[in-house]
This record gives sequence, structure tokens and C-alpha cells, in this order.
Amino acid sequence: MSVRRLAKIQPESFAFSEETRATADWWISKYPEGRLASAVIPILWLAQKQEGWVSEPAIRAVAELLGMPVIRVFEVATFYTMFMLEPVGTKALIQVCGTTPCRLRGAGDIMEVCKTKIGLKDHLSADGNFTWQEVECLGACANAPMAQINDYYFEDLTADSMAQIIDDFAAGKTPKPGSYAGRHSSEPEGGPLTLTDPALYDGSLAKPVILPNQPAPEPVEGGAA
Amino acid sequence: MVGILEDKDRIFLNLYGFHDWSLEAAKKRGAWNATPDMIALGRDWVTGQIKNSGLRGRGGAGFGTGLKWTFMPKEVKEGKPHYLVVNADESEPGTCKDREIMRHDPHLLIEGCLLASFAMQAHTCFVYLRGEYVREREILEMAVKEAYEAKLIGKGNIHGWDFDLVVHHGAGAYICGEETALLESLEGKKGQPRLKPPFPAGAGVYGCPTTVNNVESIAVVGTILRRGADWFAGFGRPNNTGTKLMCISGHVNKPCNVEEAMSIPMKQLLEEHCGGIRGGWGNLKAVIPGGSSVRMIPAHEAETALMDFDSLSALKSGLGTAAVIVMDQSTDLIRAIARISYFYKHESCGQCTPCREGTGWMWRVMERMASGQADPKEIDMLLEVTTQVEGHTICALGDAAAWPIQGLFRHFRPEVEARIASYRSGKPHVQGVTLVAAE
Repeated sequence: MSVRRLAKIQPESFAFSEETRATADWWISKYPEGRLASAVIPILWLAQKQEGWVSEPAIRAVAELLGMPVIRVFEVATFYTMFMLEPVGTKALIQVCGTTPCRLRGAGDIMEVCKTKIGLKDHLSADGNFTWQEVECLGACANAPMAQINDYYFEDLTADSMAQIIDDFAAGKTPKPGSYAGRHSSEPEGGPLTLTDPALYDGSLAKPVILPNQPAPEPVEGGAA
Repeated sequence: MVGILEDKDRIFLNLYGFHDWSLEAAKKRGAWNATPDMIALGRDWVTGQIKNSGLRGRGGAGFGTGLKWTFMPKEVKEGKPHYLVVNADESEPGTCKDREIMRHDPHLLIEGCLLASFAMQAHTCFVYLRGEYVREREILEMAVKEAYEAKLIGKGNIHGWDFDLVVHHGAGAYICGEETALLESLEGKKGQPRLKPPFPAGAGVYGCPTTVNNVESIAVVGTILRRGADWFAGFGRPNNTGTKLMCISGHVNKPCNVEEAMSIPMKQLLEEHCGGIRGGWGNLKAVIPGGSSVRMIPAHEAETALMDFDSLSALKSGLGTAAVIVMDQSTDLIRAIARISYFYKHESCGQCTPCREGTGWMWRVMERMASGQADPKEIDMLLEVTTQVEGHTICALGDAAAWPIQGLFRHFRPEVEARIASYRSGKPHVQGVTLVAAE
């Protein structure tokens, strides 16, 4: 387990913006009647998107919106590690995957770059622009090493490309997510070795088919044997 | 040709996303073809076909998917609707396959959800994505919207089975991949696993009958029905049939995802699809064949291992999610396993004492083993503690934390002993060093 506590310094209040409130209502409408609590994770996430982190007043506001006891929302906010309980970098929150598959391919080097350029992990940089963290497996192991920056995945990183990405964010640009080794997604480097048959994509698979293994038709009373 | 499986027999035709994921393009690749006919043949036919195909759950445990579906009550009781929940909380280290399905072939998943829900008399299906998959969720939401607009799903759809699909997301908890923890999380609680029984088929989400299936298990359903159970059962060895998405990471020349026939030799998979081991096959040290939770196998066993449930469990490992983590001779295996121990320590939900305390204890000892600062006697103590954690917890996370350590010592114990001895050499004041010398 990891120990997670609320920040010492908390804002006075929290209010949903109109946009957040509308999206929150959309989430609530997805669940069966009387099951409002199901929307707690998505709505805490919206609150975090709005403010950058999850504050105590935000937890209270979500509890009120969903008619839940505050302690239940508090439990959820402290249990799930994607909720930032302290302010994070305004330009970029860099979450470098540090689990074994990424480690094997050089996640350590990526973290060194973050350390040099931003500072200690889990600390807001002096200018307030960056926070970097080491997180557990992000599920993009065929594109290791990788990092999630703000919302999206930056894959096949090297120390150089990571440094460039940080510089770009610092300069106010929005670097492109995806592979930094020229791959399209998780195909082998240099191009796919499979799925190369053009017949898969010419529409022939959309032609009407007769389903195999259909049950034999019911025998008709008195029919020919 | 590389590998065993031919292109014409693949299910995930847009695995790499070189083509459009949208409805029109997915239909061109065969998705949603003849789906109304499948529904017309009835739910017993659908379940029967999936049973006959031999499909085993693709989320790691490998339980028969068709059989699991039959555990649902035969009749729907008043006020107790049935639910299908799709486990898209893909977090097992090494695994990155469901992500490709959701962002590149979402319509296969949606079609599978409809068919599986129909087979279990469910009118609502929840897809629980891990919170980090933001892009994947955005695409899946768009695909679901397309399916609603085309009347493929929703109330009064062309299939005649009212069906709603709800995309839900978590917020970064590995444990929510455990089915009952996932249900707790879906209900808006901390993701702590439930005691079983009652099993989800009796009392799942909101106390209603629920079946939880992996994304890949559900996404293959449509194609199996279209092409026939016997077609799917024709790949792999008996009891290990079908095609499977495999994720290869670590020290291969070209890490990738690929769909292959079950029971493909591991060596062929690595050599042909991944460009071989970095530095050649002889440079291989060990392989974790099924995601971090299974025990590693050394190079000489990888030589002959087949990528299926039975072959790998005979080697005291497991197929898991078919996430192959390859480690070459340069790897510090002790450090690699210590990092995996840290992962389980971080992800333990804290509910059961053996796991909450044990994962932290095992990690701290593993760290000392990695730096050589441990006592040789601690090796046996550590192994004993793994057996104290294993099997003594509500869910399998305790087992998953114990197995990687057991795998390390099963095959590489001398390496750890040498590490400890080398740390101690020249440090006569280290406690117990004379004992080591005497041995």
C-alpha cells in the first residue's frame, strides 16, 4: 500500500465549472437509477482536470453532488493513485513508468533526465511548471520505456527525446504523444511482419456469410425420412 | 512466413492501427457481419459455440469462457437484472494487448459485448477501463456512439435485444483488475476484493448476477461465431486452443504485440516476430512468460517451452496474459525481481494482513538481496514467508507477489548467494560472515 494524505495547505472552496458540471451530469446519467456513487471516480477525475489536483473542498463538493458521506469519497480519493492530492506542475505532470519491463529498456535513464531537468521526484519544480513521478506499469510495455504526460502516452523514449519533450513543454509547446522511435503503434520496429495480406481490407470479409454449425432444422412431422 | 498463424486466420485485423477504427472501416473488415443471424439462433447456440471453441479466459486465469457464462442464473429474477462487466483494467506488468483492441478495433469489442450479454440475458454491459487509458477511452466512447447511432446497440436496435453499453474508468489501482475489486470500484468504493462466495454470477455488481470477462475474451466472440467453433479450436493444442494476442517486451530486438496461434514455441515467437534476443539466442538469461505474476523460466527451458497454459504450468510458470518479458545476460535478475516486489507492495490494497505486511517485508528483503546486504540465512526465511503469504489472502495478489520471488530462487539461487558472499568478502565485521566462510 502507499500512504496518501491530503495536502496541508488547502484552498478555501471549490466550485464545479459549468462545463465540468455538465460532464458530471452525463456521467451520472450512465448508471442505473439510485447508483450515483458509481460516478465517484469519473467525477473526482473531472474535478482534478478542472483544478489540477484534488483538494479537500473538492472532495466535499463531489460527496454533496452524489449524496455520499464525505468519508466515502475521501476513501476513494486516497485509495486511487491517479488522484493528485497536492498541486502538480501546471505545464506538465510527467509520470514515468518504472516497473520492470520499462526498467529493462532504460527507464532509469529517463528518470535521470527528469531528475536533472526538473528536480526531485514527487516534488513540484521551483517554477511550478513541472512535477515528475515514478509510477507503476502503464500497460504499454511493447513500447518501453514510456511516460504518461498529462493525459497521453509518450513511448519508445530515450534520454535525448525525453529532454527534448521537457524543453518543449517548458517553451509552451505541446509535443506530440506516441512513439518517439518512428513506430506507428506496437508493431515491430521497421514495419509490421503480419497483417500484410491486402485481401483482409478489400471488403471481401463484409460479404454476407452463412454461419457455420447451425442447428439442424427441426424434423417435420411425417416428412420424408 | 513468420510464425504459425496466417493472415487470413487473424481476428484483430487492425491490431497496429494502420487502418481506420471507425464503424464503416470495421464493417469492411468483417465486424458486425451476420450479427443478427447469430442472435436469431438463440443464446444456447451462442454459449454452446463458445464452449466448443475451447476459448479460455484471456485475462490470466484461463477459465473456460463458455462455461463461465453458464454459471449465470437461467431465469432473470424481478429486480435482479443480469450484467456483463468487461475487465479492461489492463495493468499486469508486461501486458499491453487490450489497449490495442480498444483503440484500434473497438467495434469487435462492442459486438462481442452485445453477443455475450445476449447469451447471459444481460441488457447492460459495463466496460471498466484503467484510468490511465485516456486516449483508448476517448476512442471507445466514440465507437460506442457510432454503434448507438447506427442502431446496432441501444433500445430498439436492429438485433432485437435491447442493450446498453456503459464505458466506465478507474483511477490507477492494479487491484481493480481482480474481478470482485473491480465490481467494488464500479460501485464507487475502494477497490478491495470481496470474499467469495457469493460469486459474481450469484451476486455481483449492485448485488445482481454478473459475469466479468477480459476484453480479449469478449472481442473474439463475434469472429468465433462467424467462422465457427471448430475453426477456432483448430489452432493450438487440445485444451489450449485458439489464437492469442501476445505482448513481447524487454531484451528482444523488436518488442511488439502480435496475434499468434496458441502453443507456438516460445523460441519461434521470439526469433521470428521479435527479431530475436538482443545479442542472439545464446545471450538469453530468463523469460517471464505471462506477466510479472508468474514464475520466470531460465533460457534452457525457454528453448522448448510452448506458449500455452499446459506447457508453461508444467514448467511451474504460467501463460497468464501471454506477456513475455525477456531478460538477457546483462540483466540483474535480483534487481528486476526486487522491482516487481516493489510493484506488489505498492499495489496491495491493504485488506488482508499477510499481503499488506508481507509484500512490504518481501520487498525490503529483496532490496537487501539485490545489494548483497542480506544474510544467507534470510533466503530460506524469505522463501518460507512467500509460502505464508501465498494462499492466505482473499484474492490472488498475495500469490502473485510470492511467485516471482519463488521463481527467482528456483532457478537462480546461486546468483543471490554469490551476491551476498561478494558483498561480505573483505568486510569481516558484517554479522554472520564467519558462518558464510565456514560454509
